[in-house]
Amino acid sequence: MEALIFNLFIFVLAAFVGFELISKVPPTLHTPLMSGANAISGITLIGALIIAGGSDSVYAQWIGFAAIVFATINVVGGFMVTDRMLEMFKKKEDEK
Amino acid sequence: MSQFLPEFLQGYIPNAIQLIYLVATGFFIVGIKRLGSPATARSGNQLAATGMLIGIVVTMFDREIVSFEFIIAGIIIGALLGAIAAKKVQMTAMPEMVAVFNGFGGGASALVAWGEFARVEPALIPADGLVTTGLSILIGSITFTGSFIAFGKLKGFISGGRIALPGQNIINLVLTIGALGLVGWFTVDPEFQAVFWTLFGLALLIGVLTVLPIGGADMPVVISLLNSYSGIAASMAGFVLDNNLLIISGALVGAAGLILTNIMCQAMNRTLPAVLFGAFGGGDETAAADTGDKSVQKTFADDVAIQCSYAKKVVIVPGYGLAVAQAQHALKEVANLLEQKGVEVKYGIHPVAGRMPGHMNVLLAEADVPYDQLYDMEQINPEFKSTDVVLIIGANDVVNPAAKTSPGSPIYGMPILNVDEAKRTIVFKRSMNPGYAGIENDLFYSDKNQMFFGDAKKSLQELAGAIKELD
Repeated sequence: MEALIFNLFIFVLAAFVGFELISKVPPTLHTPLMSGANAISGITLIGALIIAGGSDSVYAQWIGFAAIVFATINVVGGFMVTDRMLEMFKKKEDEK
Repeated sequence: MSQFLPEFLQGYIPNAIQLIYLVATGFFIVGIKRLGSPATARSGNQLAATGMLIGIVVTMFDREIVSFEFIIAGIIIGALLGAIAAKKVQMTAMPEMVAVFNGFGGGASALVAWGEFARVEPALIPADGLVTTGLSILIGSITFTGSFIAFGKLKGFISGGRIALPGQNIINLVLTIGALGLVGWFTVDPEFQAVFWTLFGLALLIGVLTVLPIGGADMPVVISLLNSYSGIAASMAGFVLDNNLLIISGALVGAAGLILTNIMCQAMNRTLPAVLFGAFGGGDETAAADTGDKSVQKTFADDVAIQCSYAKKVVIVPGYGLAVAQAQHALKEVANLLEQKGVEVKYGIHPVAGRMPGHMNVLLAEADVPYDQLYDMEQINPEFKSTDVVLIIGANDVVNPAAKTSPGSPIYGMPILNVDEAKRTIVFKRSMNPGYAGIENDLFYSDKNQMFFGDAKKSLQELAGAIKELD
């Protein structure tokens, strides 16, 4: 139970950091922000690695494998598409 | 991979992994911070991606990980699919893309919890581990199916209207309470497999049933909310595995999604409960056909060209219709021509222009419109009084004065662009059909307004041609 309480503290504090970080983002960047944040939520990949590579049962390994595929799509696709969007954002001077 | 390291280093591995996770957390926080300004956003995203890479590589050294076949195969397949999708997707389809990625992220979190449950003897998992496993399955699965339903609605595979059984809200409420009850039951009796599977199935069903009734016009809110869920699901998976990096990153994303959800709701003057439980948008409300004695003034390219060329200041208000017609580049050409004539050109972007927060900005950026010409609603509204001509292209509800003047209107109270304060408005529109929300727009009948009927792309090309001829 102590671990749960400790983790809950971390969770709540991180959520406050998240609110502070994001509340000042201009509307121009909302779409890239959302897809970038989305890519970060693929961090669950790290959990998937442990399931796929650290299980004795083949059954659990397959579940881990599916989780890796899903999470990697999220991570790789998310960061790449965000980069593609942000690459297009230019200031006027850069045009010339 | 820890077995490849010299023996004297092995004892340090667990702590080293944790410390490097702390570094990765820092990368995420600074990365998100830098995503907050156009000048630093790209580096911010790359920083976050680097943090992710660090986290993944260092996890490979976890002593629990002993086999790599599934890992390597999974990463290769996932990376290929993700990269292809990211390269191929059209910018207009960004909302669908984000919805799909979201779904995969949420699904992965549910699978991680399921995998942990499958690999550890249930009797050995402590009660707090079981609660978080249950919650992770619940939230992850809702995100998974909910996101794919949102994808289907955005793509048009599923009708944008309200699809609901009578008493749908009560059904959803009962199912959600039931699912939470199952999480409790699962915690008490984890070896009873049927509880686990019922919970899993019910969670997948709730995702479908909660998004299905939501109208197409509310999809920006839903995507933001699902984005938040996918973060919370990752966080829950972190609780299951006792992994701080997952907990923190998930919480950051969860908070980001909630803030964006809130911004979207404010922009549309909707409360979150109204979005989730009410019906609006997607054309299920028919407009009051009270157009009897009102008439509109029509205009044509040559006339618009003259009005714009001799104006001091022109504001362009783009809407999703512009993107549907793929007319961004034609618009940019018109803007360039006007600027060459010394006209001040600005773009006024409503927060819900497009189909997700900030979507229109991305679409215009793709057409090389510099972002410092794009103005938010708060910035541009005071300027309309001194604007000579406003070109409204493919936008409708966001300039509808009914939001300010008629309390009976479904959009009453929604903040809008005050284009009616300008000396002249010109609406580019295919026909007189009401917009996405199906509400009549009085702006069209104003004395100061003219209608330029036709396909947005063709009209803008004609306009560009007419401006050139003026030289």
